[in-house]
Amino acid sequence: MTIIKEKVAKNNQNNGLLENENVKALLLFLFSLGLFLAFWEIGANLKLFAKGMPTASLTLKELWWWTTNPFFNNGPNDLGIGWNLLISLRRVAIGYTIASIIAVPLGVLIGISKVASKAFNPYFQLLKPVSPLAWLPLGLYMFRDSEITGIFIIAIASIWPTLINTAFGVANVSPDYLDVAKTLGASRLRTIFKVIIPAALPNIISGLRISMGISWLVIVAAEMLLGTGLGYFIWNEWNNLYIPNIIVAIFIIGIVGIVLDQIFAYLEKLVSFGSKA
Amino acid sequence: MNLSVSSPSNINHQTMTTSQISLRHVSKVFPGRKGWLNKLTGQATSDFLAIDDINLDIEHNTFVSIIGPSGCGKSTLLNIIAGLSSATSGSILMNGQPIAKPGPDRGMVFQNYALMPWMSVEDNIRFAVETVYPKISPKEQSRIVKEHIQLVGLVGAEKKRPNEISGGMRQRVGIARALAINPQILLMDEPFGALDALTRGFLQDEVERIWEQERKTAIMITHSIEEALLLSDRIVMMTRGPAAKIDEILEVPFPRPRDRTTVENHPAYLKLKQEMEEHLYRETRAVEAARLSR
Repeated sequence: MTIIKEKVAKNNQNNGLLENENVKALLLFLFSLGLFLAFWEIGANLKLFAKGMPTASLTLKELWWWTTNPFFNNGPNDLGIGWNLLISLRRVAIGYTIASIIAVPLGVLIGISKVASKAFNPYFQLLKPVSPLAWLPLGLYMFRDSEITGIFIIAIASIWPTLINTAFGVANVSPDYLDVAKTLGASRLRTIFKVIIPAALPNIISGLRISMGISWLVIVAAEMLLGTGLGYFIWNEWNNLYIPNIIVAIFIIGIVGIVLDQIFAYLEKLVSFGSKA
Repeated sequence: MNLSVSSPSNINHQTMTTSQISLRHVSKVFPGRKGWLNKLTGQATSDFLAIDDINLDIEHNTFVSIIGPSGCGKSTLLNIIAGLSSATSGSILMNGQPIAKPGPDRGMVFQNYALMPWMSVEDNIRFAVETVYPKISPKEQSRIVKEHIQLVGLVGAEKKRPNEISGGMRQRVGIARALAINPQILLMDEPFGALDALTRGFLQDEVERIWEQERKTAIMITHSIEEALLLSDRIVMMTRGPAAKIDEILEVPFPRPRDRTTVENHPAYLKLKQEMEEHLYRETRAVEAARLSR
């Protein structure tokens, strides 16, 4: 016993700051980041990259400037990145909400019926792999309005993963839960709301998470063609041929994407309840 | 074979005359895949006769176990009584009325517990009570829930979710849920099958204690001879499938309330156990032989 205790104590001593996995990972991350920035800075100064490629220090300076002055408005071609971000988020929010409001109930209806899921599956499978930008001309033709078209593109892009996942989740609810509801004599409506939907919730949320990811991917591309928003910001800086701001925008889009994804990761965790019981 | 022997625990003379559950010539055929499409793709299968001409009477307030080799259609039989599955032919009567669909007059305990993982222990039981008695006040519902949590000894775990408690505790919730709706009959499909040996023994004792309190008619599917002898008034032994039949019905004479030690020391215990072992070994050996020769 005493030997084991000593060993444990020794291990604990060794488990200092440097032994911790997370600390190690953080150090490696910081080291690689430093290396990357140094390579970038030196490479740009030595003109190793494309002509006009900005240095890391200039880009970081721009990043600092844009993030400390997010909200100014000097007309559509000189808008603070905070405004552009809010414009993009608003479009995503509207389009995504419309898509989810349609996709979840429709998915539940389709998932409940075996026949319906088989009959309608070809539509979803056909439309799912189509790039959302392919809808752009159709949207512009139908709505004659760039704002509505942007929202339409987001909606049409983000509807499929939620719809397919919801239908799958509902169709694959454990028969045990349904047997419980049946032996209790639960009504169809009560079974759907109290058993089927909660049981399918993990699938529904992961569908919503994929949809959100797609919306955020698509909005940038769509906005390049629509004016205003983060996508347009990049397009505008491309026309100005000012590369540092493009890199700043890419970084900000990435960060916002992480935040949006993590919100859904948290929701997923909330509804998983560990293993099945 | 005398099928209508009244059980020792049957006190009420009124109910002695009629059985609570009565199966007459019950058969179940699982239809095979037929039709030209399946024949063309070589996926056609023949019909499977799971249980064949089952006749069984179950009196009020008796504990009946159904035991037999695996794949003999025990669960099929229980599902038919539960109303989850329909018989191909024959009649199934409960209190003289045919059983057509599942209903809260039969409480079911599932082998894999079938608890809703998103509901706490309390909410799992409450869901059953609310579903069956939507009209009674929430206060009364809470009282029923609390009472049954106490009955199965889960006080203190009310707010826990199924994934936070052990298998034995989950099955206690399963039993509480089945009893909370105050069913006439308790149906249990291998209720301890997924538990380790120690927990299993412990829970068997608990079920014996609970049954002495409630004295509800109970039908239990089991693989375990000791379990059947400890808990039942009658043991229905089934032959191997396909076309499984009832081979023999044993009366278990041990006085109630029972406990493991007095049951095992009862003069009839060894003889009954031996008889059941012989039956099960014979049937299981035949199942294995049939598998080899296939």
